[in-house]
Amino acid sequence: MSVKQISVFLENRPGCLHEMTKALAEANIDLRGLSLAETSDFGIVRLIVDDVAGTAVTLRDAGFVASLTDVLAVEVPNVPGGLNKVLEVLDGAGINVEYMYAILGNKKSDTAYMIFRVSDNAKASSALSGSGVKIMGAEELSAL
Amino acid sequence: MGNYYQPEIETMPREQIRKLQNERLLKQVRHAWNDVPYYRKKMQEKGLTPDDIKSMDDLHLLPFLTKADLREAYPYGLMGRPLKDCVRIQSTSGTTGQRVVAFYTLNDIHIWETMCARAIMAAGGTNEDVVQVSYGYGLFTGGPGLNGGSHLVGSLTIPASSGNTDRQIMFIKDLSATILCCTPSYAAFIGERMKEMGMSPNDIPLKAGIFGAEAWSESMRRDIEATMGIKAYDIYGLTELCGPGVSFECSDQHGMHINEDYFIAEIIDPETGEVLPEGSDGELVFTTLEKEAFPLIRYRTRDITSLSHEPCPCGRTHVRMSRLKGRTDDMLIIRGVNVFPSQIETVLINQGYPANYQIIVDRVNNTDTLDVRVEMTPEMFTDNLGVVNQRQAKLVEGLRSMLGLTAKVTLVAPKSITRSEGKAVRVIDNRKI
Repeated sequence: MSVKQISVFLENRPGCLHEMTKALAEANIDLRGLSLAETSDFGIVRLIVDDVAGTAVTLRDAGFVASLTDVLAVEVPNVPGGLNKVLEVLDGAGINVEYMYAILGNKKSDTAYMIFRVSDNAKASSALSGSGVKIMGAEELSAL
Repeated sequence: MGNYYQPEIETMPREQIRKLQNERLLKQVRHAWNDVPYYRKKMQEKGLTPDDIKSMDDLHLLPFLTKADLREAYPYGLMGRPLKDCVRIQSTSGTTGQRVVAFYTLNDIHIWETMCARAIMAAGGTNEDVVQVSYGYGLFTGGPGLNGGSHLVGSLTIPASSGNTDRQIMFIKDLSATILCCTPSYAAFIGERMKEMGMSPNDIPLKAGIFGAEAWSESMRRDIEATMGIKAYDIYGLTELCGPGVSFECSDQHGMHINEDYFIAEIIDPETGEVLPEGSDGELVFTTLEKEAFPLIRYRTRDITSLSHEPCPCGRTHVRMSRLKGRTDDMLIIRGVNVFPSQIETVLINQGYPANYQIIVDRVNNTDTLDVRVEMTPEMFTDNLGVVNQRQAKLVEGLRSMLGLTAKVTLVAPKSITRSEGKAVRVIDNRKI
């Protein structure tokens, strides 16, 4: 089970990120999560949103290059060692984590939510589920 | 099998072409001597009179004309006919900073349009075709030249001029244009817009394009051909000589046939002025043979190319010049290395980037810097920073192996580089030398 992440190419210059958030705000897009990776002259913003199709169209019309990627949204117990347990499972299954980041959750403070971009979604899903780690689908994510 | 406008001239045996050129050269030299005091003075300085020129073998004795001469003689100093015999002027776009004004008699216009008609027919045009001329009209020669050629062929002509790209596409579709004439950078732009509008080559009736007025690469040609589903033909010319049509490609797409009944072409070493043997790269020099208002003897074009007399499968016997390597004006010298924008374009297209790019040259701490700005495309983008970085590194490596120097590659947002409706501005040189 995976969810869609939208990645956006941004030039590394003042105002670029704001141009993007402005376009999304005007289209009334709700951001659930965001991470930014940058080099000296460009950056990639990864977004988790409530309306994937609407976001893709909004970004294209505003002149941004964007791409869709399947990622895993994972529930992580908000206790010491919580993330470690998840990574242990992935490591044990020989799965490489390309990147990961935390996203906004509900008021329930005993659970954290993280996005994982891994080398093999299917394998990672079954390894995590088999170890009792909860993976969320798009609907559960929107319900957060 | 060929589609010729004037088969008897275009496929004339070599010895006859030479005979015609000999006769016309002697007349043209005499015309310049008698009617252009500026050129007579140049000949006198070399101790020459028209009697010293007995055939083409003596051509190398004659003095060159350069852009500097055109500037010095501006506006009337090189005219070979009184103004009352002239019916038109055309002027250059001034991309290299020196505006040229050329004059035409009615016969000069006719010759020019005849050459454009040959070019259109070489690209497969007939009186059944609809030719959309999307070169600028006005002082620029592109629009008027192809317009006149298209009339002579008998094609239905759409004088669209450049600009308003959506309307261009509407005309192509609604009026079933089969041949498009414009600059290659504008053709690429129109193609890009068609893609954006979700159109495939099958949605448009175009079969051929005649693209010129700037140097472009073979990869750019293949790119445009694939996007529009056409065969793209190169055409060459200079305002000083008439405009487009001085030479043009045939279906073989292997060099442009120079209209040798109207011009003699030579290749010289740009440093020494020596005439180079066939096949060598060097500066292209033209001598007009039938020009009345603006005869030019041994005019240095600053364009770098080579000539070939290899028989052409199309049946035309006129000499072919290779795709332009560049204009000596376009050539950048960066850290002592000669760089042509067309080389950078080739690397970009080969690696899947768009032909829209910009080259920024600067000098930092007495060292030249070369920054190539390229637009990111959906095809080249992924969520993975490492992969994007690798592609960027591959481009740097591709440029290094093509140019022999290291360039910085900057990836920029789509559409952030200005599109051109005429000649593209590819190079920004900020060096203060």
